[in-house]
Amino acid sequence: MSYRLLSVDKEEVDISPGLKERNYLGLSDCSSVDSSTIHNRVPDVEKSNLIFKATELRLGLPESQSPERETDFGLLSPRTPDEKLLFPLLPSKDTASATIGHKNVVSGNKRGFADTWDEFSSVKGSVRPGGINMMLSPKVKDVPKSLQEERSHAKGGSNNAPAAKAQVVGWPPIRSYRKNTMASSTSKNTDEVDGKPGLGALFVKVSMDGAPYLRKVDLRTYTSYQQLSSALEKMFSCFTLGQCGLHGAQGRERMSEIKLKDLLHGSEFVLTYEDKDGDWMLVGDVPWEIFTETCQKLKIMKGSDSIGLAPGAVEKSKNKDRV
Amino acid sequence: MALRLPSKVLEHILSFIDSNEDRNSVSLVCKSWFETERKTRKRVFVGNCYAVSPAAVARRFPEMRSLTLKGKPHFADYNLVPDGWGGYACPWVDALAAKSPSLEEIRLKRMVVTDECLEKIAASFKDFKVLVLTSCEGFSTDGIAAIASTCRNLRVLELRECIVEDLGGDWLSYFPKTSTSLVSLDFSCLDSEVKISDLERLVSRSPNLKSLKLNPAVTLDGLVSILSRAPQLTELGTGSFAAELKPEAFSKLSKAFSNCKQLQSLSGLWDVLPEYLPALYSVCPGLISLNLSYATVRMPDLVELLRRCSKLQKLWVMDLIEDKGLEAVATYCKELRELRVFPSEPDLDATNIPVTEQGLVYVSKGCRKLESVLYFCVQFTNAALITIARKRPNLKCFRLCVIEPFAPDYKTNEPLDKGFKAIAEGCKDLRRLSVSGLLSDKAFKYIGKHAKKVRMLSIAFAGDSDLMLHHLLSGCESLKKLEIRDCPFGDTALLENAAKLETMRSLWMSSCFVSFGACKLLSQKMPRLNVEVIDEHPPKTRPESSPVERIYIYRTVAGPRMDTPEFVWTLHKNPEIGVSRLAIK
Repeated sequence: MSYRLLSVDKEEVDISPGLKERNYLGLSDCSSVDSSTIHNRVPDVEKSNLIFKATELRLGLPESQSPERETDFGLLSPRTPDEKLLFPLLPSKDTASATIGHKNVVSGNKRGFADTWDEFSSVKGSVRPGGINMMLSPKVKDVPKSLQEERSHAKGGSNNAPAAKAQVVGWPPIRSYRKNTMASSTSKNTDEVDGKPGLGALFVKVSMDGAPYLRKVDLRTYTSYQQLSSALEKMFSCFTLGQCGLHGAQGRERMSEIKLKDLLHGSEFVLTYEDKDGDWMLVGDVPWEIFTETCQKLKIMKGSDSIGLAPGAVEKSKNKDRV
Repeated sequence: MALRLPSKVLEHILSFIDSNEDRNSVSLVCKSWFETERKTRKRVFVGNCYAVSPAAVARRFPEMRSLTLKGKPHFADYNLVPDGWGGYACPWVDALAAKSPSLEEIRLKRMVVTDECLEKIAASFKDFKVLVLTSCEGFSTDGIAAIASTCRNLRVLELRECIVEDLGGDWLSYFPKTSTSLVSLDFSCLDSEVKISDLERLVSRSPNLKSLKLNPAVTLDGLVSILSRAPQLTELGTGSFAAELKPEAFSKLSKAFSNCKQLQSLSGLWDVLPEYLPALYSVCPGLISLNLSYATVRMPDLVELLRRCSKLQKLWVMDLIEDKGLEAVATYCKELRELRVFPSEPDLDATNIPVTEQGLVYVSKGCRKLESVLYFCVQFTNAALITIARKRPNLKCFRLCVIEPFAPDYKTNEPLDKGFKAIAEGCKDLRRLSVSGLLSDKAFKYIGKHAKKVRMLSIAFAGDSDLMLHHLLSGCESLKKLEIRDCPFGDTALLENAAKLETMRSLWMSSCFVSFGACKLLSQKMPRLNVEVIDEHPPKTRPESSPVERIYIYRTVAGPRMDTPEFVWTLHKNPEIGVSRLAIK
């Protein structure tokens, strides 16, 4: 009764042997994550690398190795540290290659979620905006730099308690509504309730001209303007790319070439905040720590609206925001 | 020759059938039954807004009075679905405004609703009565004001955990100045203050008001004043309890509560100071539902409160209740049907969560009517699961979240396979199951074999191989919704069980090993499924073998959807890329 789709031509997944397979980041000598498609074999692909060992998620106690894997897939070459950090989260296809008929190839090769955590604990304090996303490999251009930046931030000893905690998107599975609500009441009650020290979350609302609704960000999860800016970019990109549904295809066509990043770094949009006195200031003028203490609200304004704010600061903040 | 039931008689019979599942079965008998059923169905439920077109629904059910719609997949609650994915209410409201002007009730869950949409609802449905928005977003308090001012017969307005652009508390003043027909008002998710005088006046002129859930901005004084004007309330969500403890404040509060003789459900209680809890004692004996999940109160104070709640059926609480507190619940709350224990520190690093498996075991042993559980803790044991299954075979919903991924039975270091086997085997009426902890393929073999009535299954960080998915898809007969994250399987099981997917509402897989090639193949072969590949960071070229970040598959008779954002790939958008040779550069 089941619709067997296994009988697929091998040709359909052919990779011409003459071509060197590159992974999607354009780096040569790296095969993309191994195929385990329908027939769990792509014989011609160089299974070299880095990627596999580095990216496999293995089950096991922290620090445990799985030497069996290396013998199973002898083509793997030792990873280089940079590659390991570059693609820490791409799953290795090899573990998925067990088919129904096969004896479980994967026994003993359980994914090392714990191992992955080791990598991240070495960059503790370097929580990416919004938390370390277990699923996504970092954006292409940003990868090496931002991870390095974050590592140096970590070493620089940013002491905000929440930033030091490892985070996985959506785990534990608690609704963001609850998380936000808890966070805002924790920051009020920290002393009374647990006697625990520690800085609760610092949620500020972020609105954007033209966006149908506003968001909240926790300033304590960032340690620099750069991080905040990338997080906001991610959060609001759907608006500028015309993805709010009502614009539909028209919006997509109109805006698809423009990225919010360019908008922020260009003159289209500026990031501003309301400080304790109720004044609207351009983001980037004061040191980060002072900013987090005084910022009440954030607003992404059209460049033309921000003319009233100190003109010198516009230049300064533009330069600061540039990578 | 078969006798035909006169349609009038059939209509009369059908008027006794409310369950939509039964009505769906009725409509499959023959054409005339289909016709009679569709003309008499008043309450329509659409579990996936993309499974059917709004026009088709409006056409099929001309007498529709109530529509319930769900949009985003469940894992959107945990930020696994990027913003802008979809789930827009507008097309539905537009279609219904034209074709079903007698619509009275709209309930939306996880959908994007705009102010324009709300205004349209207000303007189009003359006898509009009920608006319930759960986990929705995209609108502001202006939209709410439109509903309040225009829908003269409004009975229910509930905003449950929505993200609302809060432009201030004025919306409250837009309700009709004469008496209202309000029965239920829930604005607990709004941030800004409403004028207490507006609220007092509204409550005073709403004689039918039974359920009122305030937002945290309402102070204790405000609460006292409201309660004195609405002693008939059966459901109350308080505002914030954080206020300086003055003796008169306490006694006023106490008195106000003691006047609410019909109160059955209590929630809110943000920032509640333990010193205020005794003010609630007078209502405890009548309480059926108590939501303490935002109350950071310690175990002794919780126990003092809970031991007075002998009729309690639903309890939501934080893990601050500790095992000891749950033992007290097991002793005093013998009517308990539903228990949810939330973590007070929802971090992966948390090792000091004060509840253990023992707490849940106490409740399972002591509360015979327990049928629904949501429990967060750090680790668990097989023995505990086996005991729970043995004691509570009547469980219908069992959601266990062992916060530490891959955590084995901490006493024996084995996977939790045996424990979940016991649950699947023992709880024959189980309809919803969430598993966690260290689980091998075996666990899923048991679940596939025994969990015949499970309709919704949630899995994270589990399994060894494709076998796991295969067991589930080939075994669980009643499976309607399957959501999986971070598990090591993909193509083979998915493709082998493709037909099963047409019997389910949806399948979600994220951070698994599903290749792009498999997604394309599935889309091509199964035209009645929408296969969506959701990649926020798609590669420039997509080799067949590249894994996808997320895949969301659902059955549909509406065809491919037209409102996908850039980061959602569907075959429909990319027809030229067939499953054929790809030159990979």
